[in-house]
Amino acid sequence: MEQLVRSKPPEAESGGFPPVSDIDTGVIPMRASGRGMMQVAVDETRRTAALKAPVKARAEALDFYYGELKALKNLNIEIREKQVTALIGPSGCGKTTFLRCFNRMHDLTPGTRYEGRIMLLPEEINLVARNIDPIEVRMRIGMVFQKPNPFPKSIFENVAYGLRIRGVRSQIRIQEEVEKALRGAALWDEVKDRLASSALSLSGGQQQRLCIARALATSPEMLLFDEPTSALDPIATARIEELIAALREQVTVLIVTHNMQQAARVSDYTAFMYLGELIEFDETSRIFTNPGQKATEDYITGRYG
Amino acid sequence: MSTEGLSHHISSRYNEDLERLRSRVLEMGGLVERQLTQAIGGITEPDARVMARVAQEELRVNQLERSIDEDCSRILATRGPTASDLRLIITILKTITDLERIGDEGEKVAGIATRLALRERPHNRYRELRNLGEVVIDMVHDTLDAFARFDTALALAVLRRDRTVDEEYEAIHRQNITFMMEDPRSIRRALDVMWVVRSLERIGDHAKNICEYLIYLVLGKDVRHTRIEEIEKELQAPRS
Repeated sequence: MEQLVRSKPPEAESGGFPPVSDIDTGVIPMRASGRGMMQVAVDETRRTAALKAPVKARAEALDFYYGELKALKNLNIEIREKQVTALIGPSGCGKTTFLRCFNRMHDLTPGTRYEGRIMLLPEEINLVARNIDPIEVRMRIGMVFQKPNPFPKSIFENVAYGLRIRGVRSQIRIQEEVEKALRGAALWDEVKDRLASSALSLSGGQQQRLCIARALATSPEMLLFDEPTSALDPIATARIEELIAALREQVTVLIVTHNMQQAARVSDYTAFMYLGELIEFDETSRIFTNPGQKATEDYITGRYG
Repeated sequence: MSTEGLSHHISSRYNEDLERLRSRVLEMGGLVERQLTQAIGGITEPDARVMARVAQEELRVNQLERSIDEDCSRILATRGPTASDLRLIITILKTITDLERIGDEGEKVAGIATRLALRERPHNRYRELRNLGEVVIDMVHDTLDAFARFDTALALAVLRRDRTVDEEYEAIHRQNITFMMEDPRSIRRALDVMWVVRSLERIGDHAKNICEYLIYLVLGKDVRHTRIEEIEKELQAPRS
C-alpha cells in the first residue's frame, strides 16, 4: 500500500466523509415481499451473499468534465466486492467514461478533470486523486477493452508483461503466474503448446481471453470490461461470459455492455445511466423484470421515452 | 404500465406483434365468455342444442390457445422481452391457460344442461344456479374488461367477488344435501346441480387467477396466495 499512496491524500486527514449509511447510493434495499412472480431465478444463497458483500468501490458525488462538457453528473454508486455490476445506457450516457475513471484512462486526455471521489475499499483510497499513481491503480484494477489489443509479442510475454513491470525477476515465479493467469482466463489448454507464438496468431475470442489473462496476471482486485464481446461471435461471447461468471469468485467486475441480454445474464447488479446521470441502480433481476424508473423501462424494452 | 405503452417501441413490428397478441387474448376471452353464457342459459331455459353450440366454440378457443402460445414463444425467442414486455408475455401465457379451462368448465356445464333439459324441472327452475351463474359470468366479463384496459381496480373488485362465489357454493351444497336426505329420488338431480355449482366455482377461481396475473403485469407485484386485505394494501403502496 505504501507505494500506492505517495503522500497521504489531504481529504483522508480532514475528517473524511459521512458514514456509508448517510450517502445516497441509489442502492435500494431488498424488498420484504412482492418479488416478481417469475423473476429471473435468483439463487437465494447467492442473493443473500450479494447483499452481504462488502463494498469494494464507491463513487461519491463524482463529476467528470471533458473541457467544458460535463460528462458525469454527481454519480453516487457502490460497487460490491466479488459481484458483477453492469453499466447500461444509450451511447453517450457516460457509462464508458465512468468505467474509464476507475483506472485513470482519462489522465492523458487534455482538459479533463474529476470532481468528487472514487474510493477504493477497504483502504479508502481516492482513485481519482492526483497524488495516486495511475500505474499502481492499473495494477490493482485491470481493464479489458472492446477490441482485443494484445501486444505484438508472444503469448507468454503478453501475460508476463505486468509482472515484469511490477519487478518480478524470478523466471520460475513468472512461469507459474503466467500459467495461473492463462488458466484463470480459460485459455491455458488452447495455448500451452504454443506460448512462444505471436499473440496475433490467436483468434479474436482467444485474443480477448489473452487480454483477460494479461489483466489477471497482476492479481487485480477489480476488472473493468468495456463491451468485451462486441467484436466476438456468439460462441466466443459465451466463453467470455462463462469466464466473467467464474472470475467473480476472485475479483470484483464492472462491465459496460450494449447487449441488454448480456447484462441480464452476467451481472448481479445493474446501473442504468442516461445523459451522464445515474438513473437507477438495483439488483439485475429487478431491473429486468420490474424497474422502478420509466426511463429504465423505456430503454431496456426498446421504447422511445 | 398502461395499454398504450404497448405501442411505443422503436420497432413497429414489435408493437404490432404485441398488439395482435393482446387482441387475440381478448378474442379468446370473448369466445369463452359466450360459451359460458350459453351453457348457463341452457340450464335455466331448456335447450337441447346448447351442447353442440358450446362445443363448436371450444374448437376455436383451443386453436387460439395454441396459436397465442406459439406467438409468445416466437416473441420470447426473437425479441428477448424485458420488464413490462416480459411480464406481458408471461401474463398472457398463464392467462390463456385459465381461459381455456374456463371454456372446459363451460363445456361441462353445457353437458349437464342438456341432461337437465330432458328432465322435469323443479318449481324454482334452478334459481340458485341462475344467480350464481350470473355472478360468475360477471366476474369473467369484468376480468376481460380489466385485461383490455389494464385496470387493476376492476381486477381487485373481481378478486373480492370470489368470496361471494365461495359462500354461495357452500349454501347450495348444504341445500342439496337436505334435498337428498328428504327425498332420495332427487339425488340424481341434486348431484347434477352440484356438478354445475362445482364448475361455476372453478370458473370463479380461474377469473381470480387472471386478475392476479393482471396485477402482476401492471404493477409488477405478485399477489397470488395473498389475502385480499393484503392485496388492497399492496395496491395502495407506490412500489414494493
